[in-house]
Amino acid sequence: MSHNEFAISVQGLKKSYKNVPVLEGVDFQVKAGSIFALLGSNGAGKTTIVKILTTLLKQDSGHATVNGFDVISKPDNVRQSISLTGQFAAVDEILTGRENLIMIARLRHLNHPHEIAAGLLERFGLTDAADRRAATYSGGMRRRLDIAMSLVGNSRVIFLDEPTTGLDPEARMEVWKIIKERAGSGTTVFLTTQYLEEAEQLADKIAILHNGRIIVNGTLAELKQLFPPAKVEYIEKQPSLEDIFLTIINKKTHA
Amino acid sequence: METIKNHFFMDTRVMLGRSMRHIFRSMDTIITVTIMPIAMMLLFVYVLGGAIQTGTPNYVNYLLPGILLIAVANSVGYVSFRLFTDVQRGIFERFNSMPVARSAALWGHVLTALVSNVMSLTVIVLVALIMGFRSPAGVLSWLAVAGILAMFTLVLTWIAAIAGLSAKTIDGASAIAYPIHFLPLISSAFVPTSSMPSGVRAFAENQPVTAFVEAIRALLSGQPVGNNIWVALSWSIGITVLAYILAMRAYKRRG
Ligand SMILES: Nc1ncnc2c1ncn2[C@@H]1O[C@H](COP(=O)(O)OP(=O)(O)O)[C@@H](O)[C@H]1O
Ligand SMILES: [Mg+2]
Repeated sequence: MSHNEFAISVQGLKKSYKNVPVLEGVDFQVKAGSIFALLGSNGAGKTTIVKILTTLLKQDSGHATVNGFDVISKPDNVRQSISLTGQFAAVDEILTGRENLIMIARLRHLNHPHEIAAGLLERFGLTDAADRRAATYSGGMRRRLDIAMSLVGNSRVIFLDEPTTGLDPEARMEVWKIIKERAGSGTTVFLTTQYLEEAEQLADKIAILHNGRIIVNGTLAELKQLFPPAKVEYIEKQPSLEDIFLTIINKKTHA
Repeated sequence: METIKNHFFMDTRVMLGRSMRHIFRSMDTIITVTIMPIAMMLLFVYVLGGAIQTGTPNYVNYLLPGILLIAVANSVGYVSFRLFTDVQRGIFERFNSMPVARSAALWGHVLTALVSNVMSLTVIVLVALIMGFRSPAGVLSWLAVAGILAMFTLVLTWIAAIAGLSAKTIDGASAIAYPIHFLPLISSAFVPTSSMPSGVRAFAENQPVTAFVEAIRALLSGQPVGNNIWVALSWSIGITVLAYILAMRAYKRRG
């Protein structure tokens, strides 16, 4: 294992589907143990980046390493050290919540899959529903199960692709809490979101993906400095990330 | 440096357990696969059988090999369906981002088809016995018949896997079943090929299903098997290898 302080490192990443370019040279790095939010509107290429980093898709050019392992030349090592919660909850609906977790624990070749499943069900408030088929779960429960499945085996880096899209506010808060807890215990979290507020709430570092490139990358405080200070209004107002986002995009398109 | 072990057998066992649960929780598939051929057998023996000249006094004896192959052919549509669903739901993406042996997910489905076919074929043979089916075949011949049916299942499920993995719609995934259903009908399964017009007859005599039918029929009636078993075997191996390669390619593309 490398002594790298970066859990994820991406340089010059390019990817086109057929002849339509989606990523046109993406660079960023994610510090080990931090929460990194990749922000972008629908179709910006967030899922494409997640798929490349989780070895599901190959880039056309550029380099990406996860936990020091190159995603192209060492995909097995990458898979060993990550877990993915995809954009759409990938739970087996015919199995129960408990069976889903046991299955993942077995596929990760862990000892005591039953105990692992019971522990996660408890932590995610799914104990009562544990022996019902996942098909009967609400959207929030399904997402929680989905995330619980990604936490089986304590991977060092977890990828969450739009983990709260489609959830009601209450379920969203629960997912946020889980993510914060997780990062608190030293795991690196890479998440994508369309919600500016989500990035504000969770992330140590925020990168905005637009037109195939990372147009800004920094802490929330750094991002706020890019924005003209306090607007003259009746009350002085802190710029929201939304304001920042729109300002930057307008600058780029009018430049 | 972490070493990556390949857990093919363990992973395949987990996958098999998973898809067997699917089958037992939607018994309608296995019931359809069993009932349909039994209904055909009843129809052919008690309604049409009187008019069909096969040169054997016991038409059930003549019919059973074809009925068994039809049961196998009926089952493969469900294989496509289950694979297609796994792709759609993102289940395969989850597996592919984990340190799981590459082909284990597919083998799980294929072995499930084998196990469920053993169950439905056993029921069909029992019904045939009640209807007057008799065979002088010994244990070895029955084992050979089981082997041929297993080969037939393997061939068809790997073909069905390609369809399930590459289809864009659920109808596309199931469409593969139609030509496969047809093949046993244009063979010596129900009537001797000598009764067919010459063009159809040439097709019927040279298509693979006829070799399967004839080999099983010879084994069950205690006749010498001749070339048919080798013809059936060569077709099986050739098509299985090709279909396996194409299915794995489709799997990697979709995963
Ligand atoms: N398999 C694919 N084939 C062709 N185009 C694709 C494919 N996957 C994604 N795209 C296109 O690439 C762009 C980026 O997609 P995606 O990475 O899913 O964006 P995001 O996750 O940010 O919404 C979109 O315009 C999308 O339509
Ligand atoms: Mg996406």
